[in-house]
Amino acid sequence: MGEFAGWELPIQFSGILEEHRAVRSAAGLFDVSHMGKIVVRGREAAALLDFAATNAVAQAEVGQAVYTPFCREDGGVLDDAVVYRRGESSFLVVVNAANTAKDFRHLAELARRFETEVEDETEGWGQIALQGPEAEAILEELTEAPIHDLGSYRFLDGATVAGVSALVSRTGYTGEDGFELYAGAAQIEALARAILAAGRPRGLLPAGLGARDTLRFEACLPLYGQELDEGINPLEARLGRFVKFEKGDFLGREALERVRREGPRRHLVGFRMVGRGIARHGYEVFRDGRPAGRVTSGSYAPSLEANLGLALLEGEAPQPGERLEVEVRGRRVEAEVVKLPFYRRPGAARRGG
Amino acid sequence: MQVPEDLRYSREHEWVRLEGDGTARVGITDYAQSELGDVVYVELPEVGRHLRAGEALGVVESVKSVSDIYCPISGRVAEVNGALTASPEKVNQDPYGEGWMVRLEPDDPAEAESLLDAAGYRALIGAEGGA
Repeated sequence: MGEFAGWELPIQFSGILEEHRAVRSAAGLFDVSHMGKIVVRGREAAALLDFAATNAVAQAEVGQAVYTPFCREDGGVLDDAVVYRRGESSFLVVVNAANTAKDFRHLAELARRFETEVEDETEGWGQIALQGPEAEAILEELTEAPIHDLGSYRFLDGATVAGVSALVSRTGYTGEDGFELYAGAAQIEALARAILAAGRPRGLLPAGLGARDTLRFEACLPLYGQELDEGINPLEARLGRFVKFEKGDFLGREALERVRREGPRRHLVGFRMVGRGIARHGYEVFRDGRPAGRVTSGSYAPSLEANLGLALLEGEAPQPGERLEVEVRGRRVEAEVVKLPFYRRPGAARRGG
Repeated sequence: MQVPEDLRYSREHEWVRLEGDGTARVGITDYAQSELGDVVYVELPEVGRHLRAGEALGVVESVKSVSDIYCPISGRVAEVNGALTASPEKVNQDPYGEGWMVRLEPDDPAEAESLLDAAGYRALIGAEGGA
């Protein structure tokens, strides 16, 4: 078990590689109850969130979820979140555990200018993620709800799954098809046990934070604190498609328009180690022999059987094939820029929102 | 957790086996490999290098972490287990056998006597395991 933002969380159950492979080939079940849940409701809830978010939250339909960065005035990313529109004026905002208190203060502060109420309901909810190609078949054994028809980034409110009332959304953080299920904190364990029992014959394994990280890394989904933080803007972090300049005013808009006009000073780039060694978060990266930035995430990538990394680099946008060097414990090891994402599931659509 | 009786152990979770030919084989323990998880990379020293006890001998990387391996006794590196380059998972599968890391020519084979015996090492990991 590891401690994270005040939560005790399992790093692994049967082993990171085994859990990782189960999610890619069958399914995995993650307990992600630590994610922050902030409820925004009231007449101007949509307007508040549209002002806080860079993506077009107010245009979402009821039953739609939107992935979005929340930016500061200077364009730095305060957090990234999934915003669920549960009603015309009712939203559930799911944020990073370590940022829950910060996000809550931020939204509560904005709420003074909008006719809304903001509440931190993290403690009341449990959340599990069922991910992998078998996820739909497993869930269908436990519910009458029409989950087969649920599109990417769509959700059902009040679906009954294994006798438990849950919000079921077609979202996740692994690069696979899958669902996230939200239910009352007291019911989530029963729901998780029912899914494990139904899924075991199909190859489902319980999975921990370790596999969650290698999976999201291969799919190049950003991790707050690594690819994103208050000193990084969404255009540098390759999240430009989640910044909707045409929607009207929002926090960070002016700063981000300037970045768009002048071009980002830094670029998030993917690389493969050519020499021996594994790049890790924080290692220095060199272009043409000069320091150019740092590794944001680096790991052995189990599905690709390669040592890969993401780095935020200064200067011209790096092109696939460009040679880099990564300093691994005092030794410069050759690496090569590769196209992103590292992994995309066969036939996958791009991330919705 | 396997802790063979015929080995000596460091507090940093390396084992030493004195071979009949006067050399000493070194690896990491079953406990260490299980704590690390899936090993995906092993970095070993150059043959011929002299290492003092307590000096970093190499690095083991699992999917999630990077750990130094320390030389449990002083000596010259006579051989490294090159098979670990292609198959680092041997460290997980057979830590006391095919997962060995280096063979040393010890400065003083008696130095191994200062390390923990199996009972002492069992007590050490029992304490850590229960912490």
